[in-house]
Amino acid sequence: MAFDKMELRDIEVWDGNFAAAQALRQCQIDVVSAYPITPSTPIVEGYSKFLADNYIEGEFVMVESEHAAMSGCIGASAAGGRVATATSSQGFALMVETLYQASGMRLPIILNVVNRALAAPLNVNGDHGDMYLGRDSGWIQLDAYSPQEAYDLNFIAFRVAEDHEIRLPAMVHQDGFMTSHTAQGVHTMDDDTAYSFVGDFKPMNDMLDFEHPVTHGVQTEEDWHYEHKARQHNDLMTKVPTKIEEAFAAFEKLTGRKYNQVEKYDMDDADVAVVCMGTSVETAREVASEMREKGIKAGVVGLRVVRPFPFMEIAAALKDIKAIAALDRSSPNGAAGMLFNEIAGALFNTDSKALLTGYVYGLGGRDLTKKHLTDLYTELQANVDAGKVLTPLQQFIGVRGPKLAFL
Amino acid sequence: MLEIRWHSRAGQGAVTGAKGLADVISTTGKDVQAFAFYGSAKRGAAMTAYNRVDDKPIMNHEKYMEPDYVFVIDPAIVYTADVTVNAKENTIFIITTHMSKEELIASQPKLEGKMVYIVDCIKIAQETIGRAIPNTPMLGAFMKISGMYDIEFFKESMKRILAKLPQKIVDANMLAIQRAYDEVK
Repeated sequence: MAFDKMELRDIEVWDGNFAAAQALRQCQIDVVSAYPITPSTPIVEGYSKFLADNYIEGEFVMVESEHAAMSGCIGASAAGGRVATATSSQGFALMVETLYQASGMRLPIILNVVNRALAAPLNVNGDHGDMYLGRDSGWIQLDAYSPQEAYDLNFIAFRVAEDHEIRLPAMVHQDGFMTSHTAQGVHTMDDDTAYSFVGDFKPMNDMLDFEHPVTHGVQTEEDWHYEHKARQHNDLMTKVPTKIEEAFAAFEKLTGRKYNQVEKYDMDDADVAVVCMGTSVETAREVASEMREKGIKAGVVGLRVVRPFPFMEIAAALKDIKAIAALDRSSPNGAAGMLFNEIAGALFNTDSKALLTGYVYGLGGRDLTKKHLTDLYTELQANVDAGKVLTPLQQFIGVRGPKLAFL
Repeated sequence: MLEIRWHSRAGQGAVTGAKGLADVISTTGKDVQAFAFYGSAKRGAAMTAYNRVDDKPIMNHEKYMEPDYVFVIDPAIVYTADVTVNAKENTIFIITTHMSKEELIASQPKLEGKMVYIVDCIKIAQETIGRAIPNTPMLGAFMKISGMYDIEFFKESMKRILAKLPQKIVDANMLAIQRAYDEVK
């Protein structure tokens, strides 16, 4: 390799952004096409610094918008390179049109989404509004709860996305500020070990292969559009979960760190469970342990793979639970929350008699405190004791003013 | 669990200080967390930064904290922000000021009855580093009050963290840390 290697300590104190930037360096991304936006900016800033300091052989393309950033990624990926970028919030929203292009063209781009609230009103802090906006875009979506996981999941994302049986783009999500700007210990891999996990990029139908000319981004109309979309959905439903499991297993073998499509904590004998994403999963784990000391058998389920949604795995994880809280960090704006709906769907044709309630929380970065979670578990236990849901089905946690509850 | 809250102005180095402290502590086998509240605050705006330290993995990501230590690295913030908010009975305050402890407490009665230590991080930084960057001196004062690490070990660790700075600045920071260690009272 014609570039310099970086000596890392076994444990580095990195925030989630720097952890992701280091993963992009170790994966040796050929092209980053990016437009900076808070709180994701340090990821592409980090890549460009590594590039300038000769730690990477690659290209940084500066563009005039996020729409152009993803368009640049699409061009570079179609040309036959390993490609990544990062964005948040409004930038993600501006990318949406091109997100569908990327997945429909089956281009294995990695997008680090540092989750941030969507305006209006303007807010740079973290919630999952942008993540939810992307969930029908045909991308694979992985969710990190800590800087360590933001690092690890980037490698896993490349390995799955670039697999020739998959060839789909993937997002790696982390919570804006709560992960992206929070420094914690990160167990590192050395450069060679890290690179060996993703391996050399193997192009497929690349435009720069002049011996085998191909067309990208074609027009199909009614004749073929449906078949393309159906095949994409088929691959997400049938092939991607297997490849993700394989990548998780290989990663565990390499590092000892084990990931699952659905993460279960204290769930074996749990009566009540919270299902959530991001940093909230870890805070809930701590509260669940404390609830057990108080005699409430509390558990936590974290969604690691947001798309393709692990329908069967969620149903299996929750099958013996008596009361479940689905926590959505995005305003459903006129519906039940996404997690509430997905969980309800997963459990509906099963024997589960679980009492399911939904909670909206943490919009615009509003703190989810341990007290909130303690109250929530207590509420779930009260539902179990009464044998029915004692509250409305949808409640808002931590919002000022009169208590908000619906349904 | 050891929890620290920093009060600072954006640009005074509280985030760098919190991350540097986390880095040093991490090398001794403990789990660490360093974060800050930014919002859209610009240079000069009052802000807070945070450290958590534990022997076991830190799972808690709530922003709410009842700190064991409060570091105030800007002398005016004791008047414009409530540095005692969510304090416990045994919370220790290390405050940057040019005043005596008595004058400080008289000027901010909320500090009455609290465990307060003072050190002039601004003056120390100006006289050693040449700029009013009071973050590293505060860490020197913290080493003295907490007895967390031997000061020589701490300075050696900080040299590694500051290594990308010019040698002259690194040396000045070492002087600043030592002076704050010696002068805090």
